[in-house]
Amino acid sequence: MTINPQAKMEETQIGTEVYSFDPLVVKSHYEIDYIHSYAQDSLFFTSLAKKKLMGSKCKKCGYVYATPRSHCMMCGAETEWYELPKEGRIHSFTTCYFGSEEFLKETPFHLVLVEFDGVNSLFMARLIGADAEDLYVGMPIRAKFRRNLKISPTDVYFVPTGEKAKRKR
Amino acid sequence: MKHEGRKVYMVSGGVTKFAKATPDMDFRLRVKKAFDYAMKDAGMTLNDIDGSVASYFSDHFQRQLMSGIMVQDYLGLTPKPSKRVEGGGATGGLAFQTGFEEIASGRMDTCAVYGFESMSHVNTWKGNEFIALASDTNFDYPVGGFYTGYYAMMARRHMHEFGTTVEQLAKVSVKNHKNALNNPYSQSPMNITVEDVRNSPMVSSPLTRLDVCTMSDGAAVAILASEEKAFEITDHPVLVKSIGTGTDTMRLADRPFGKVPLLPNEKSSDYKNLQYPGVHSFRAGRSAAKEAYEGAGITDPLEQLDAIELHDAYTSSEIQTYEDLGLCKYGEGGQFIEEGKSNLNGKLPVNFSGGLLACGHPVGATGIMQSVFMFWQLQKTIKKHFGNDKLQLKNPKTGLIHSHAGTGTYVTVSIMEAVK
Repeated sequence: MTINPQAKMEETQIGTEVYSFDPLVVKSHYEIDYIHSYAQDSLFFTSLAKKKLMGSKCKKCGYVYATPRSHCMMCGAETEWYELPKEGRIHSFTTCYFGSEEFLKETPFHLVLVEFDGVNSLFMARLIGADAEDLYVGMPIRAKFRRNLKISPTDVYFVPTGEKAKRKR
Repeated sequence: MKHEGRKVYMVSGGVTKFAKATPDMDFRLRVKKAFDYAMKDAGMTLNDIDGSVASYFSDHFQRQLMSGIMVQDYLGLTPKPSKRVEGGGATGGLAFQTGFEEIASGRMDTCAVYGFESMSHVNTWKGNEFIALASDTNFDYPVGGFYTGYYAMMARRHMHEFGTTVEQLAKVSVKNHKNALNNPYSQSPMNITVEDVRNSPMVSSPLTRLDVCTMSDGAAVAILASEEKAFEITDHPVLVKSIGTGTDTMRLADRPFGKVPLLPNEKSSDYKNLQYPGVHSFRAGRSAAKEAYEGAGITDPLEQLDAIELHDAYTSSEIQTYEDLGLCKYGEGGQFIEEGKSNLNGKLPVNFSGGLLACGHPVGATGIMQSVFMFWQLQKTIKKHFGNDKLQLKNPKTGLIHSHAGTGTYVTVSIMEAVK
């Protein structure tokens, strides 16, 4: 048993950054590591290492998604993996000159929605190898893959094929 | 789906002046100010409130879970029933509709719906990161991580599909910032030109800084009541005639290419070659409008509505929303603003308050702010609350409020009606 009326909290030199006194505004820091599972979508990410872009095809109604989706939103049935073509076209695009803090250092970057022949939905990706003024709806583009994976959907990105547009959605 | 429940009225409202940062007040005090304003305006005391709904979007901004109960506690509403409602940018609209359901179901006779967001706790770009966490964090966040980027792609596709121009987008910004000049609650009233909008810094092409709303600190409160209670409280409540809610896929890329769900004023031959919604339109907005119109007996929105407050987080989304709401056909939204139809003195004023673009967008408060401005508009008390009557429409009978989340993932439409 200890009863010590002289007990004293240890003083440290670790302080708090103060921005203003009235009102009192201070810096509050926060960071965390998550144990994040890609779960049923895992194969999408592991396939990127094999330079394959995997979407989903409904076993029942045949709807083809350019994204992993283990159940079909059209009919509720289970889907199977479907290898997407490497080449597609720009369905829409933008160049981001600003962004979230995490990506601010990567600006400016191009974002595209990709359409593929024989696929019912789109795929969102980064595009490099073209200036902002070169981009257009219908532009033929090709998937490329990082050699050193980040285990992120940015392990696949698109570049222009260099060909002229033939058709578009 | 029909609303067979009791009639629901709005009896009072309050809003704090939205601002980039208000560190002298926390979220509890901000809601308290809006709440006291509303309570005083209706001559109500705490005993008159049966329960509440709390509306706030992100736990990240404050890093405080259960902020809702802290407000309930601060307002003196414990131990009455309350819950938090969350759905991205549509949080306010969803909370307003939850309050509606509390009254319509007969559970409560009065319900305070309070909304708030304190976005100034982080810098603008961190704030954008928090907002982008409301996109699929496996697939969309790591690629884009920026809502303006997502909206820019939708705007670009709208331009491609329908010939909408950047000048037409800019006109929305000019109109809404101008309307806000007479709204003392607005964060950024401005007298600007189309050139000013186009010359402001490009954020995500084609959207410039002035095509995009700002982050804000703010709070708003709407008090709803049953018919019997409403007329006890005030001689001029506003009827909440009907509500509608729609949803769509989280990932923009997953949107289907199907057929337009038609409103009574449209026919399938209007859209022979249109693949819908793709990324050019908001199917959730159309679904919400369809449900709300059915509940309110609206078959010709342009003729039957007198005022609209809609979710213009981006100029492009206001134009897209004209079409979702059936004010014009799909593809004619650009022309609608071009012809001045949504101007204050136009056929159907849209965002008379200045909208999100000029009032600010403290997410959880935004949809409730819209209900308060519409309530005052239909009550014809704009002069009393704004200190001037420049934004008071002549004889508005029916108003529509529209709240919108994500890339159009949750959308609410509520119809409000003047009772005299």
